[in-house]
Amino acid sequence: MQTDFLKVEALSRIYPGSRGQAPLVVFENVHFSIGKGEFVCIIGHSGCGKSTILNVLAGLDEPSAGVVIMDGREVAGPSLDRGVVFQGHALMPWLSVMKNIEFAVKSRWPDWRKDKVRSHCQQFIDLVGLTGAEHKKPSELSGGMKQRVGIARAFSIQPKMLLLDEPFGALDALTRGVIQDELLKICAATGQTVFMITHDVDEAMLLSDRIILMTNGPRARIAEIVVNTLSRNRTRNDVHKDPQYYRIRNHLVDFLVSRSREMAQAPAADSDPRHPPEVRPGEEMDDQGIAKPPPAQKQPAMHLV
Amino acid sequence: MIMIKSLNFKALIVSVLLLSAVLLGWYLATLPQAADTAAVDPEYAALMGGAAVKNSGMPTPAELGHTLRERLSDPFYDHGPNDKGIGIQLAYSLARVLAGFALAALVAIPLGFVVGMSPLMQRALNPYIQLLKPISPLAWMPLALYTIKDSSASAIFVIFICSLWPMLINTAYGVASVRRDWLNVAKTLEVSALRKAFRVVLPAAAPTILTGMRISMGIAWLVIVAAEMLVGGTGIGYFVWNEWNNLSLTNVIFAILMIGVVGMLLDLVFAGLSRLVAYND
Ligand SMILES: Nc1ncnc2c1ncn2[C@@H]1O[C@H](COP(=O)(O)OP(=O)(O)OP(=O)(O)O)[C@@H](O)[C@H]1O
Ligand SMILES: [Mg+2]
Repeated sequence: MQTDFLKVEALSRIYPGSRGQAPLVVFENVHFSIGKGEFVCIIGHSGCGKSTILNVLAGLDEPSAGVVIMDGREVAGPSLDRGVVFQGHALMPWLSVMKNIEFAVKSRWPDWRKDKVRSHCQQFIDLVGLTGAEHKKPSELSGGMKQRVGIARAFSIQPKMLLLDEPFGALDALTRGVIQDELLKICAATGQTVFMITHDVDEAMLLSDRIILMTNGPRARIAEIVVNTLSRNRTRNDVHKDPQYYRIRNHLVDFLVSRSREMAQAPAADSDPRHPPEVRPGEEMDDQGIAKPPPAQKQPAMHLV
Repeated sequence: MIMIKSLNFKALIVSVLLLSAVLLGWYLATLPQAADTAAVDPEYAALMGGAAVKNSGMPTPAELGHTLRERLSDPFYDHGPNDKGIGIQLAYSLARVLAGFALAALVAIPLGFVVGMSPLMQRALNPYIQLLKPISPLAWMPLALYTIKDSSASAIFVIFICSLWPMLINTAYGVASVRRDWLNVAKTLEVSALRKAFRVVLPAAAPTILTGMRISMGIAWLVIVAAEMLVGGTGIGYFVWNEWNNLSLTNVIFAILMIGVVGMLLDLVFAGLSRLVAYND
């Protein structure tokens, strides 16, 4: 896995203070990179700047400092290469489900014939389980259905990279599971590179290869990057059975509950923001901080959460 | 459902009662005065009373009904400049309103797009809009007559001026307040400026633009009557003024009624159009 398909360097976002107030530093000096075909989640408390980072990656927002390089080129504006699922679904309410997706597909491939556009859109409508709702307007859909249309729209243009801002936030557990499985399947089949924001620890563990943890804002930064050591062909049904599952989960929950705040107040002096520490919870570290695989049979299967 | 039905039914009854009350009051108010009839010889009164009131004073409801039937049964006759059917007069007024309104839409909607999309233009043009908007459209009439030299075209110009502002302001507002999310979607899809304007901004702003058009049309229909009273010749405004000079209050009341009906129909048309472009979010 080459690790520089997407490279984020020294990214900061500062909003100028209004009328004599101090400027608001949302986050500063953020470095990370995403390999081709890698699935990266970012977790952090509300307001730490996750959506801002995603908007910068999408080219919709300009950073105050730093650069984003994708596929060897600097990101300088939005592009069809990066498909975005917005936090609010951002569907056009005057268009039907089909037309909303068609709008994207026609923008991507302007010279496609009508029936080709149709069948391509239909394929993605079916994928997110909205068959039969093609001609409904967004106002006639539930929140979860709307979000699924937004997902279908982003997938339909087959971008080099997907940027998802809490795509499953509004879904019920059942639909969420179905779409998570679909997303896993698509990513496995197409080698899709994904950057996703989530608040759901289990979702991050199921889907992602690495999980970026942000400290609380303002002045948020990357606390550490958790490498997901669960087996790559995990599924929603068996992921809980891996003993690693609870070690990683405890680590993440512990971070969200207490460490994200503590670290924001007392920045760790020893960590270099260019290389945020990569941790593998549950695996022993040797002196160099490089994880060793746990010796077989040494630890009993843990179910003590 | 039953509640709504019965509510509608009650409303209808109240409406009908109101109308009857107005007609009755009108009828009683225009009865030949008792004092007059008593003072003169009853036979003379019987001979003269009705006729004397009929020609100059307030018409009775029956007289209006008669005029209504007569004029509406032949709305398009043309007996020279001072005697045309009501349909022809209304058609003249409508043609002027539609011409002025269409010209205003051609200017206001593209200009509103520019103002709404560009904060620079918004700031640059705002003082002029604020200054010109409160001027009564009729104040432009002398200037229009002097420069255009044609009375009918001047009336159209006045309609143009009065329709311009609500459409311009609403278009600019609608365009400026298109949801950021939708514009971001267009941006990430690398949609061209023209496609974005027609496929995203226009449908998003359409309800606001149509509200502006509806207000404009309402004002235009108000103003045309006054404008035609000034410029004369043809049109419903001229008709009202002419009948006033003839001291035919029956015809004046009839014309007032027609102005109301046409205004209401115009508003209904725009209400229908609004429903076409409305969306629920
Ligand atoms: N236009 C703006 N002006 C000033 N501050 C802003 C602006 N937009 C966002 N912010 C601030 O930037 C910070 C980060 O916002 P952002 O939307 O990225 O948070 P987030 O991590 O995505 O939160 P959530 O999980 O709730 O979506 C917030 O504290 C917000 O107040
Ligand atoms: Mg957010």
